[in-house]
Amino acid sequence: MSLQVSELRVHYRTLRGDVRALDGMSFELGDGEILGLVGESGCGKSTLGKSLIRMDGRMRHVGGRVVLDGRELPIADDRAMNDFRFKEVSLIPQYAMSALNPTRKIRRMVGELLRSRGAALDAAELERRMDQVGLPREVLDRYPIELSGGMKQRMVMVISTLLDPSLLIADEVTSALDVSTQKAVARALLGFRDSGYVKSMIFVTHDIALTHHIADTIMVMYAGRLAEKAPADALVKAPRHPYTRLLVDSLPEVGVRYAERRLEGIAGSPPSLLDPPPGCRFRARCPLAGDECAEEPPVAEVAPGHHVACWKA
Amino acid sequence: MTTIQEAVPRERAAVRREALYFAVRNGKLMTGLTIVLALLLLGLIGPLFVAAAPNEYSVKAMSPPTGEHWFGTTTFGQDIFAQFVHGLRATFAVGVVGGGIAAVIGMVVGFVAGYVGGLVDEVLNMLTNIVLVIPSLAVLLIVNAYLGIRSVAVQGLFIGLTQWPWAARAIRAQTFSLRTREFVDLARMSGSGTGRIIAREIAPNMSSYLFMTFILLFGGSVLIASSLDFIGLGPTEGVSLGLMLQNANQWSALQLGMWWWFVPPGAAITAIVGALYVANVGLDEVFNPKLRET
Amino acid sequence: MMLRLDHVTKVFRIGAFGGRTVTAVKDVSFDVAPGEVVSLIGESGSGKSTLGRLILGLSRATGGTITFDGRPARAGKDYYRDVQGIFQDPFSSFNPVFKADRVFAMIKESYHPGVPEGEWAERVRTALRDVRLNPDQVLGKFPHQLSGGQLQRLLIARALLLEIRLLVADEITSMLDASTRIDVLNLLAELKTRGLGVLYITHDLSLGNYLAERTIVLREGAVVEMGPTGDVFGDPLHPYTRELLSAVPRLHEDWADAEDPGTCLYHERGASGGLLEAAPGHLVACARSKTC
Repeated sequence: MSLQVSELRVHYRTLRGDVRALDGMSFELGDGEILGLVGESGCGKSTLGKSLIRMDGRMRHVGGRVVLDGRELPIADDRAMNDFRFKEVSLIPQYAMSALNPTRKIRRMVGELLRSRGAALDAAELERRMDQVGLPREVLDRYPIELSGGMKQRMVMVISTLLDPSLLIADEVTSALDVSTQKAVARALLGFRDSGYVKSMIFVTHDIALTHHIADTIMVMYAGRLAEKAPADALVKAPRHPYTRLLVDSLPEVGVRYAERRLEGIAGSPPSLLDPPPGCRFRARCPLAGDECAEEPPVAEVAPGHHVACWKA
Repeated sequence: MTTIQEAVPRERAAVRREALYFAVRNGKLMTGLTIVLALLLLGLIGPLFVAAAPNEYSVKAMSPPTGEHWFGTTTFGQDIFAQFVHGLRATFAVGVVGGGIAAVIGMVVGFVAGYVGGLVDEVLNMLTNIVLVIPSLAVLLIVNAYLGIRSVAVQGLFIGLTQWPWAARAIRAQTFSLRTREFVDLARMSGSGTGRIIAREIAPNMSSYLFMTFILLFGGSVLIASSLDFIGLGPTEGVSLGLMLQNANQWSALQLGMWWWFVPPGAAITAIVGALYVANVGLDEVFNPKLRET
Repeated sequence: MMLRLDHVTKVFRIGAFGGRTVTAVKDVSFDVAPGEVVSLIGESGSGKSTLGRLILGLSRATGGTITFDGRPARAGKDYYRDVQGIFQDPFSSFNPVFKADRVFAMIKESYHPGVPEGEWAERVRTALRDVRLNPDQVLGKFPHQLSGGQLQRLLIARALLLEIRLLVADEITSMLDASTRIDVLNLLAELKTRGLGVLYITHDLSLGNYLAERTIVLREGAVVEMGPTGDVFGDPLHPYTRELLSAVPRLHEDWADAEDPGTCLYHERGASGGLLEAAPGHLVACARSKTC
């Protein structure tokens, strides 16, 4: 197991109280595994991605452990995490555009970044990886503003994996891109895993269809908790949690005629995480909810590798 | 039915009522305004209770504060409290007139250039830049040489006419970014005209910014007035806080240890500008509903 | 035809004194009939939003004509009684300083000043129920207190209050979650049964496919293919359309590789420049028109 997260709790401090963005998340990530992390906005998926690498000032680690390659990550200690960032855990942020310093040419920026981490720039390796994601070498002598969105995203991808981190977190990296560019970026991510530049990857997205094409395993979060985690195919074709089922059923697809048949969304909205209700958090919106749902459902393994937190699964 | 009437009220009155509700509950705004108003009040009614004319000489020179002379006297025996309250008046007047005129011109030019854009923007922008690069002190020197500045109001007017360009530029830039926001398009599609969109969509989003602009223009006018006073181009009669500071400096009050001469005018200028700044932070919270809750 | 675009072109002047120009929309012609949803599909930079703004009168076409009911489309009170738009970012569509329901007060002031307050409030509540919002939950709130889906529905309710006939919906679901997005789409589909024409602008082919009777594919400001949705998505003729379709991630199929876009079936048949009718109502541009 390359990554083990157990009972992780992270709260956001606000003046109205603590928002329980992550409320007891446990999961594992194997070597060479790509985990797709999906959920609605506010479900805690971005918080999870962030807590594994850098907590911002309002976030507070309340409980739980994160173990990467047998070593515990000091996620609450911003300074101690510096030893892990970039070398062990790396992040591709959502807006790569803002991650690049606009006043530096890319080659110089890469050099400075590596030096700050005490590593030398291996130019040949850098160029080889750029070839792999389809970036021309001239890109190195340009300013970030001269690159298109997809190129910036791929450049950041190359830079953030230069030191072969064990875990890569890709946070909504394709959301701002066009479909054709999205495909190229997604394939580049796959290539990085296959070439062993990163051992495992967490791909945070709101797009189930897309993550199905890259991820080995998909984990669905709802209101700060795990709802379902299963091999990608199983999750899409035979979801067990009612939330996952409704979510998958609400996705329109190209090539299907919808003249007579209308899809349906999920009525209602997720509960406030400021003071979440007891029991199953999906209960208020769930068509199957019964009395037992007043009690919190444990995460159970219903089939090999298929975990569901639902009494009805 | 009553709940609905509350929910869809006539908007302008409602916004005002609501802003007022939060305004009176905002500590920063209230503190700032209280200080400014207290000083303003002192300037307005103070002179009524002071028998001595501000520049009248007396035999008690260089006296520290006493029961008779609350703020002491100058090297020439002038009563500093009398100077102070009269000076406050003049300072507020020049700040309000200068800052007000500059703010109005700056807003009109900035809003129109930023919202209408195109050729209008190019022309207004050129005009702004021309006025911006003209050294205003030199202009004021020339104007004074030909016309002579007799009153505080005229001094304020000329200061206002030369101070607006940077405000116009700042407001133009803000307007520029706001007009691409979709609520402006929505207002257009609700049948609102240009004037109404500027006044009711764009300006309310910048209200604290506009107030801040006014504060800075106010402060700037006070400082320019002081500079003019210093080189002998101030109002030929009367007294201002700037003039007091200048006199204190000229007659070596600091070196002679006459702190009572320069502390009151210096503290008053600092208090006015500082209190306005605090009020501005409070106003930001009042107008921005997102800040209210936290 | 209710809305008609004829050879519409838009050139932007950029730089100081308009020194350089950029053509955002090139010679676009199409129409929208009452009770019809037409989707306008394109990637970023395709000019799809520019077209939406042109139709809404928020910007002026450089060439060509846009007519509504035979009359030139001109921004103004009368035009906006019939034609309204909703945009991508629900949070930026509301003035953050005011309560969200102010959008209703604004149209009352402009279009229904004579309606008594009580009756108007009742109309607002009815419109809100029509878009499946609970009036008590959304009235009197500030935009940041509502969700994106609620805000977009408020805007649809606003359009209903005006009894408009054409709605330009520009990426209105792209900031919404999957579970609420489909409800907003269903709402649009319902509007069309009331005789409303909808121009649905999107980058997402699956959403366009879900909703529209007709589809227009834009690329770099020009139409590459248009026709009944089933034809365009079921039998795509233009290589660009095929490439787009192949790039869409599908739930139950693997990612297909894009075909070599070198082939053009219509070049030999003299379709250079304009559009060629390949099947009834199914128009396609020559893939090599740029070079030939």
